Amino acid sequence: MDFSLSDEQSLLKDSVERFIQNDYDFDKRRKVMAEEDGFSRKNWQQFAELGWLAIPFSEEDGGFGGGAIELMLIMEQIGRGLVVEPYLPTVVLAGGVLRRAGSSGQKEQYLASIIDGSKLGAFAFAEPQGRFNLADLTTTAKAEGEGFTLNGHKCVVLNGPSADFFVVSARTAGDQRDAKGISLFLVDADAKGLSRRDYPTVDGLRGSEVMLENVKVGKDALIGDKDAALPLIEAAIDDATLAVGCEAVGGMEVLYKATVEYSKQRVQFGQPIGKFQVLQHRMVDMFMEYEQSKSLMYMAAMRLDEGYNDAAKRAVSGFKVQVGKSGRFVGQQAVQLHGGMGMTEELSVGHYFKRLTMIDTLFGNVDFHLKRYGSFE
Amino acid sequence: MELKLREDDLAFQQDVREFLDRHWPEDVREARRNTGRFEESKGESPEVRRFFDALNERGWAVPNWPQDWGGTDWTPTQKYIWDKETARAECPQLSAFGARMLAPVLYTWGSDQQKEQFLPAIREQKMIWCQGYSEPGAGSDLAGLSTRAVRDGDDYVVNGTKIWTSGAHVADWMFCLVRTSTEGKKQEGISFLLIDMTSPGITVNPIHLLGGIHSVNEVELKDVRVPAKNLVGEENKGWTYAKGLLTHERTGIAGVARSEMTLARLKKVATETSVDGGSLWDDADFRRRVTELEIDLEALAMTELRVLSQVEQGGAPGPESSILKIRGTEISQTLQVMQIEAFGYYGMPYPDQTLIDNEGPIGEPFALAAMQAMLYGRASTIFGGSNEIQKNIISKAVLGL
Repeated sequence: MDFSLSDEQSLLKDSVERFIQNDYDFDKRRKVMAEEDGFSRKNWQQFAELGWLAIPFSEEDGGFGGGAIELMLIMEQIGRGLVVEPYLPTVVLAGGVLRRAGSSGQKEQYLASIIDGSKLGAFAFAEPQGRFNLADLTTTAKAEGEGFTLNGHKCVVLNGPSADFFVVSARTAGDQRDAKGISLFLVDADAKGLSRRDYPTVDGLRGSEVMLENVKVGKDALIGDKDAALPLIEAAIDDATLAVGCEAVGGMEVLYKATVEYSKQRVQFGQPIGKFQVLQHRMVDMFMEYEQSKSLMYMAAMRLDEGYNDAAKRAVSGFKVQVGKSGRFVGQQAVQLHGGMGMTEELSVGHYFKRLTMIDTLFGNVDFHLKRYGSFE
Repeated sequence: MELKLREDDLAFQQDVREFLDRHWPEDVREARRNTGRFEESKGESPEVRRFFDALNERGWAVPNWPQDWGGTDWTPTQKYIWDKETARAECPQLSAFGARMLAPVLYTWGSDQQKEQFLPAIREQKMIWCQGYSEPGAGSDLAGLSTRAVRDGDDYVVNGTKIWTSGAHVADWMFCLVRTSTEGKKQEGISFLLIDMTSPGITVNPIHLLGGIHSVNEVELKDVRVPAKNLVGEENKGWTYAKGLLTHERTGIAGVARSEMTLARLKKVATETSVDGGSLWDDADFRRRVTELEIDLEALAMTELRVLSQVEQGGAPGPESSILKIRGTEISQTLQVMQIEAFGYYGMPYPDQTLIDNEGPIGEPFALAAMQAMLYGRASTIFGGSNEIQKNIISKAVLGL
């Protein structure tokens, strides 16, 4: 049992923390979001130079061989800074699939360009009718000639507007919700027949509806084994679930501390509102929710690093339940205690609140993960 | 970072399990499981006495004490394993007032004579203590206590009333906060006295708690003469000692291991309780609530481990340690209520123990113990500084409000 970080891990944490503190304050973030892509390409290059884009990939693939703890350290800081650069879709999701199952050709072409920052990716796994069920797919990929033809509608694909390539889940066999018969494909953004409807999301990111109409890909576009991709999807999504959970923990820390500070400044009835016991206890509750979430964050990350098994999946789901509930509470109370100011776009508080609310939805909400947690008895 | 126990810790865990299985075997556990009546033990059963003797023989009776006084050199992880395994084995605990609360004060601030006189007897569970803190007018505001101790020759003469005194009716001694000065701040006029319960002038009046449980009392002290050698440390420094005591025994305060046992039993009860041809465990609403509680408990367990690892590395417990008592008691109370729910109608019978002894249990054998645990459990968010007081402390000490 050991909760301490290695020297490398401490360095990584410090490096991301420093960037968030020095180069990513709320005003800079606002400017970055106003850029055409909704994030800064310059920042992305800096991430590449600092080595952050290489963290989860094996040394063989040109990466650092980092695990769940490293992911946790990065994402917690990303959460504190409300970073909008597409680390999650590119590195954790698309990169997560490719590093696990990509062929050597796919890795050479795609992983290398993720690591050097030249290509952005996205994972098109969700569909309108599927909600949080990763196996509920109506998108099809039919084997035709030398390759496959894809048809279907993938929804709310994060980083869709800027992605150079998509990892797409599609049914190659079986019925709509069968666990078997699912395959993954690499589809370039400019593939013929792929069209997008782009939009901003409520928490300041960008997403797309991605329509696939007779999109033809070669057989080398297949990632891993045909018909057997569900476990692979699940593994990448569990990493991503940990990742957004860590973001939430970072966001909660900022929010509870900002609320405490505000309550020391804001004077009503002749005294700082932080002197009122009813508000003090509310803030103690916020603090406790944050700490409990952080505890389960450590647990989920350590379990994932022990091996990807039922215990790890259970820990991830337990963490996501906690973060869903705690994030809602901390976000809502931060707005409440900031009063009218908490309602404004000017203050960062509301932006954290929006992100926390969306994190509950991402990769399955509290209800979904409660059921999943319970299924690993 | 990693969660797994090291090889040597696993070996230690194995030693502990073997010891507990030998000296507190499953048939004894089973026999005691369904007797819920709250016990303040001095007149304990022969098997309990044998267990305490075995603990002392092995040198494991008071792991947290200094080695000079019979403690161990265990690491915080080993102590954690011990807490967890003893909870799992449902074995008896030394009376906490002596072993966990008074002893740290004595071995830190007591005189040599006090240490010699009291520590071995506490370790062997041959001397039972009670805690004279709360008063009718001093509950959460403990420093407002008014029981007076006036020096008269070689004695203090003590007058006042203590209340909610657990186990006073079986205790041999009481450690007591008394007012020795009314000058200055109210915290600065308090002293820490050790009082022999057989002293003339002490009257113990029982208070019957919810469910008819007699564990607490009102203790009247009328012109009780206490030899001055029974003063711990310096006069008027008692508040410091009492507060220092609160920082001891950090681990275990959350009651994680105990709640894990209760949770396991709750699940078992739910699978054995029939509902609509299936079991209560098949009821999605009930199951959901149990699952939520299980996650809460896991979070708490991890928070406790975080604190433990800070202590193991020689640091002070971080701010997260302050939430252990609050969340621990909230979770155990919720578990206790859910047990009662699980029993349905058979949560209602509340027979006398003698009736059960003569004619057998009514309905679920365990229901009575569960009800008593639930009723008595309400006290957990009140005593030791109510949870509201705990929040005041966090607000001030951690959030700086």
